[in-house]
Parts: sequence; structure tokens; C-alpha cells
Amino acid sequence: MTGGREGRLSLILVVPIGLATLAAVLFGETIFSAAQLRQGFMDPSSGPAEVLWAVRAPRAVTALMVGAALGLSGAVMQGLLRNPLADPGVLGVSALAALGAAAAIVLGWAAWPGAVEIAALAGAGLAGGVLVMFSARVRSPEALILFGVAVSSFAGAATALIFNLSPSPIATAEVMNWLLGSVQNRSWVDVAWVTPAVLIAAGLAAFAAPGLRMLSLGEETARTSGLPIARLRLVALLATAVAAGAAVAVAGVIGFVGLAAPHLVRAAVRGDPARLLLPSALAGGLMLVAADLLARLTPTDQELKLGVFTALVGAPLFALIAWRAAREWRL
Amino acid sequence: MTAWLTMWDATARLGGRRVLDGADLRVERGELVALVGPNGAGKSSLIRALAGLLPLDTGVARLAGDDVNDLSPRERSARAVYLPQERRIAWNLPAMEVAALGAPFLSGADALAAARKALDEVEVGGLADRGVAEMSGGERARVLLARALAAPSQALLVDEPIAGLDPEAQLMVLERLRARAGAGQAVLASLHDLPLAARFAHRVAVLDHGRVVADAAPLAALTPDILQRVFGLSARWVDGPDGPLLSAVRARPQGS
Repeated sequence: MTGGREGRLSLILVVPIGLATLAAVLFGETIFSAAQLRQGFMDPSSGPAEVLWAVRAPRAVTALMVGAALGLSGAVMQGLLRNPLADPGVLGVSALAALGAAAAIVLGWAAWPGAVEIAALAGAGLAGGVLVMFSARVRSPEALILFGVAVSSFAGAATALIFNLSPSPIATAEVMNWLLGSVQNRSWVDVAWVTPAVLIAAGLAAFAAPGLRMLSLGEETARTSGLPIARLRLVALLATAVAAGAAVAVAGVIGFVGLAAPHLVRAAVRGDPARLLLPSALAGGLMLVAADLLARLTPTDQELKLGVFTALVGAPLFALIAWRAAREWRL
Repeated sequence: MTAWLTMWDATARLGGRRVLDGADLRVERGELVALVGPNGAGKSSLIRALAGLLPLDTGVARLAGDDVNDLSPRERSARAVYLPQERRIAWNLPAMEVAALGAPFLSGADALAAARKALDEVEVGGLADRGVAEMSGGERARVLLARALAAPSQALLVDEPIAGLDPEAQLMVLERLRARAGAGQAVLASLHDLPLAARFAHRVAVLDHGRVVADAAPLAALTPDILQRVFGLSARWVDGPDGPLLSAVRARPQGS
């Protein structure tokens, strides 16, 4: 097939990703002189090196991984549901992951390393499991979206209840922090566990890709196409739950990226939901690295939260894309 | 020797309504059978049951002798390909890639070659690189038919393949389906146009309230009595220069 198209697009995306990551390491709140930067690159024990490699670099790589996870997750969900408005947010995966994190924080588990992250992953896993069970019984994608909306609303209400009943304002503030989404103060430890999660999700998504492409023709055609659609659908759902769960676990709730990344590259792969996966993950990574850099460089007293920033910049842009693409969706 | 497509005493429900009620049908390889009947008679349900998409309450649907529900997805697709009435395509894929989805088990190059051939067969080869969202409904219908024709399958189950096509394209599609039967495939097509069914099909099966009430050579099946009872038409066949023509009026023009 025209396999070169997605390959070329991915190569084209790698260049700005490299530049944005480099910029995210070089620039920040503290402005280094050229001499300090040289020191940072030459002398690993120097102060600038500490900032560059222990603070900025892991933060940038975390943003890259979280963005890639969200871009991948959104692309898989949109293909799976044949719906350009689907994303982990819509199906309640992010909301249940956030609920898990909020519950862990209020219960005081934040003192244990990894506990909040595991709670978030468990929330996403629960959402994935519930969605898998639901979709095994009800095949209509519209019903799955409505079910996702219900899961999302329920998780939102439960999170609000946690706020409501929270014993301390400190815990409430911490939950709030989580819900706003950020990659501030992330370390190489975060990178070390989010990266394999993203790779596993990518492998699952690649396996399910032919099924996603066949689903373009509708449920019944796909089921009679010869492909084991039921199995491929489960694998795709698993991929999306792992990717979205990892993203929320490491960075909290960051909206819009999962919706927008597939849109940015869809025309370049001529709509193919299988060839969309890798470019969408790369576009998501690029978006989040760039957004985090801009959020850091924006001169404000309190650093802008990444999730707030992506929503503020992204939502109007998304509305514009949706407006332009609307004609195409209505077949 | 059993027929390639067999349905025997099939009963099925859809949302509590009985859509098949003891339907019997056999389609051999090498024949084009037209499935006709008024709206709601169960044409789509019968085709979907043969494709393994509609579970039967009683009776059985067989592809080449085996119950369709006992076959793996891949075996099923090798024995019959299904073209639904629904023509929505989720993304703006090029026509060529849509048609290539008919052959998911071929290598990329072979699938594209099969797609190209099938697009040419339904005379939309010139649109191969165009996105399906930028096409008219009729063009898109032909691309989807090409997808079914690209499948290396022994039978075609096509639901209303000529609905919404212009008159020339309707004739072209029926010619192609007839040619596919001539080449040895079993072809079952639901149609609303009775004169075209009479002209192109080897056999016509008339479905009424989920039951096959007539199954014979076209004019032997579509008798004035059947046209009256099933379709509510007061009609007779007239010999035309290119095949039989139907002269019809509503049997109860004031409503009953």
C-alpha cells in the first residue's frame, strides 16, 4: 500500500519533536548564559547541569511520553468508535483514573511512593474493563459513547463528592492539582515507568490496526470481512486504557490532546485509522512538549498548569478544526 | 450435493418483531437470485442471517453445507461476502483503499491489484485516488460494491445494490452481478425494481412477512396473483423489446 506516507510524516514530525525537546532543556524560568549552558553540557556535577538534566530533561521527556500516550489513545478510540469526537475523556477513562488518584490522595496514601499513580492506573483499568464488558454485549458504537459519557459523569460526581467530604483543605488542593494536570517536578523515575507503558500500548495498537481500518466500513461489514473483529476490538480497547491510564497516572488530567492530535495528522494519512496511529502519537508528544515549554515561559506568578494551558489554547483551535472537518464527517 | 447458500425454516426476531418466519431458500453457484418483497418483508434480515449477522431462533443458515455460526470469520468470508445497504464510510479514505479492504488477507500489492480490477469492473476506476467523502452517493455505492467484488469469495450477498444509482449504473451493476454468477459465484441480491429483477435474475424469490411465498423463474414467481397479494399491485407483464415490462397500478388506490 502507500506505506511510505505515514513513514514520511513520522520522520517529518521527529524533527520538530527533537527541536522542541532541545528547547525545553535549554530554556526555562532560570535563564542561563551561553557559558553556563556549556558548563551544563560539559560538567555533570555543575549547577546548570543539575537543572538541565535532572529537572528540565525528565520533565520534557515526561511531557513527550504523556503526549504520545494521549495522541495514541485518542487515535485508537476514534478508529474504534468511528467517531472523530471520541477520546479518553469522552469514554470516562480519564475521569475514572482521576477519581482513583483523588481517592488515594484524600485517603492519605500519597505518602507512599507510587500509590497515587497506581490508583490512577487502576481507575483507567477499571474503566477499560467496564468498557470491554459493555462492548462485548452491546455492539453499537453510539451506545458505547453514551455509556462512556455516563461513566464520565459518574466519576466526575464521585470526585466532586470526594472534594465535598475531604477532611483537609490541603488534600483538596492536592486533588485539584492533579485534576488540572501537570508534568512539573517529574523525574527520571516517572519516565522509566511511563515509557514501557506507552510502548506496550503502541504494540497492542499496532496489532489491532487492521481491525481499526476495516471498521471504517461499519460494524457489519467488519464482522463479515474475515478479520477476527471481536478480538481486535478488545486489544484496541486495552491499548487505549493502558495509554490513557499511564498518561493520567503520571501527569493528571490533560484534555484536548487526545482529541486534537489525530485531527492534525488525519488528512496527511488520508483518513486511514491504521496509518494514523504513529503520526498521532508523535503529534501528541510534540504538542505537549511545546505546550509545557510555553506554559513554563509564560511570565506568571504561579506557573500555568499544563492541563489548563492545553485546554485554553487547544479548545478554540479544536473548535476550528471541527468546524472545517464537519462536512467530511457527515457522510 | 447441497446448494451453496441454504436457508431452511428460518425464524428470527429483531426487537421483538418477527422478521423471518419459516423462510426457505437455496442458491446454487452459477446463479443470480433476486430477493424481492415489499418494505419490511425481511429481505435484509434474510441476507444478514446468511451472512451470520442475525441469530436465528429456529432453522438454519448454511454456507456450503456448514452452519454459518460454526464457521470462523475467515472461513465465512471465503464462502460469502456481504454488502450491506448501509453506505456510510467513517473516514475519507481513497476509493482504492476502500476496495482493497475486500481482500484483507492478500499482501498489500495484491490487494491493491484486486481493488483496481474491481473498481474497473464497476466503472469507477477513474476515481481510484479520490476520497470517498468527496464522491456522490452513487459513486460511493459503486466503490463499496467494488470492495465486495474484490473479495476472493464464492458467493455474493448484496443488499439493495442498485438503490440510489442512476438508470445506466443500475443496468451496469446487474450485468456485472449476472456475469459473476456466470463465472461460478452464487449471487443473492435484494432488489425493489421488479422488471430489472425479471430481466437479470435466473430466479426470483418473493418474500412476504418473513416467508418465501414464491421461488421460481422470474415470470413464474411474479404472477399477477403474487403481485396483487404481496405487493398490492394490479399488474401484468408486457413483452418489451429488451425484456419483460410491468404495467401496474395500485390495487387499492384509496387505501384499504
